[in-house]
Amino acid sequence: MAEQMTIHLRIWRQAGPDAPGRLVDYTVAGANEHMSFLELLDVLNEQLVHRGEEPVAFDSDCREGICGSCGVLVGGIAHGPQRRTAVCQLHMRSFKDGDRIVVEPFRARAFPLVKDLVVDRSAFDRIISAGGFISTTTGGAPDANALPVSKDAADEAMDYATCIGCGACVAACPNASASLFTAAKISHLALLPQGSVEASRRVVAMVRQMSEEGFGDCSNHTECEAVCPKGISIACIARMRREYVKAVLC
Amino acid sequence: MSSRTKHFFQALASPVGRKVLTGLTGLGLVLFVIVHMLGNLTYLQGGDAYNLYAHKLASYGVLLYILEVGLAAFFALHACIGISIYLRKRRARGGHYARYKTAGKPSLQTFASRTMIVSGIVLLVFLVLHLIHFKFGPGMAEGYVATIEGEQIRDLRRLMTEQFRSPLYAFGYPAVIILLGFHLRHGFWSALQSLSLTSPRLSSILYPAGALLGIVVGAGFIIVPLWIYFSQFS
Repeated sequence: MAEQMTIHLRIWRQAGPDAPGRLVDYTVAGANEHMSFLELLDVLNEQLVHRGEEPVAFDSDCREGICGSCGVLVGGIAHGPQRRTAVCQLHMRSFKDGDRIVVEPFRARAFPLVKDLVVDRSAFDRIISAGGFISTTTGGAPDANALPVSKDAADEAMDYATCIGCGACVAACPNASASLFTAAKISHLALLPQGSVEASRRVVAMVRQMSEEGFGDCSNHTECEAVCPKGISIACIARMRREYVKAVLC
Repeated sequence: MSSRTKHFFQALASPVGRKVLTGLTGLGLVLFVIVHMLGNLTYLQGGDAYNLYAHKLASYGVLLYILEVGLAAFFALHACIGISIYLRKRRARGGHYARYKTAGKPSLQTFASRTMIVSGIVLLVFLVLHLIHFKFGPGMAEGYVATIEGEQIRDLRRLMTEQFRSPLYAFGYPAVIILLGFHLRHGFWSALQSLSLTSPRLSSILYPAGALLGIVVGAGFIIVPLWIYFSQFS
């Protein structure tokens, strides 16, 4: 039987986009180390419903760390204190009995708040719509070695392809920049033969859309890499800049 | 304006273009501060060494003016883009976190990186005062005359000695230079990353190199005013 924990939460509550928001204190008794952080919120919500109060709204879907739906600031860190872990995979064993944890939504003007901890991340969809795709039909998986891709390029492209678009990079960046997300998509496609044909057009269009969405500039703090649940390296931001300069000058 | 030229200027104003320009101008300014620091250190050689250095610089004539105009343009561009990045960042966040902290390594978010705008603005104000006091300060008409290689030139060694005997200059100057050290600590590596001249492996060398550069340049600048100030009591 896992040891019982009592956790004190301070959660951002806001009824709607234009309603005033505030931090509200809750205590959840009966938590245990095997629970994920979102399960802790589920338990809290059950208690709130039981008391006739409005449950805390938060996003989640797969709860396996691969869909990118969840994402909140836990104790001041996007997705919480455990590295390379989405908040749905953050377990209460990362905390101690009696801990006080502040829970806030991802804050960025380009991610307008919907309710409580839920933000609208469709700005990311618009960045992808601007060029994060391949226009031609690439067919099914090609035969091995039909399209030569070096091991290094394949590995690097795969690293960038693991981006789940959760928005933690924006939330943690002191500038609210979306450079890591945009660069991961650009670099993933630019490294592969199928994506290289439209690389120039893509990088210019996606960077323009990122700017128009109102995200801040990158100041190379590298905070995005530290909170990314997939550990995507800022090397992709350097690659995005190279691709951009190449697109403009060549 | 042709559409190609228009696209080029739009690219310069884009988030990537701004960072590339900041990086390029930043590296140019790094080169300048290193040369400036080495020039200042000639003071410690004593005698006419410092005035000789100043005289050699002045002998470049038109080339020196071109370099100075280029340098002023680099400063202006670097400062303007830096301020625009800061203003854009304030708009982009939209609200404050009640609790925010860095996740730690591999984050390179430090006091230096968070305060680039503060150190930058202090350096900008300092630069204006510095130019007023030294570059456009008292000259030969006010009696600051030295003779180098049989030629009468402005006695910059005397001006520097007099200025740094005042505690305000002797300690105010190092205080600003410490901020320059912090600016270089993040700025050097950041410029290389902005120009895509880094890789994860290279960064492990280049990032500490920025700290070393900040310390070496800072120490090089600070030693002269402190030397002048404390020498007057010996």
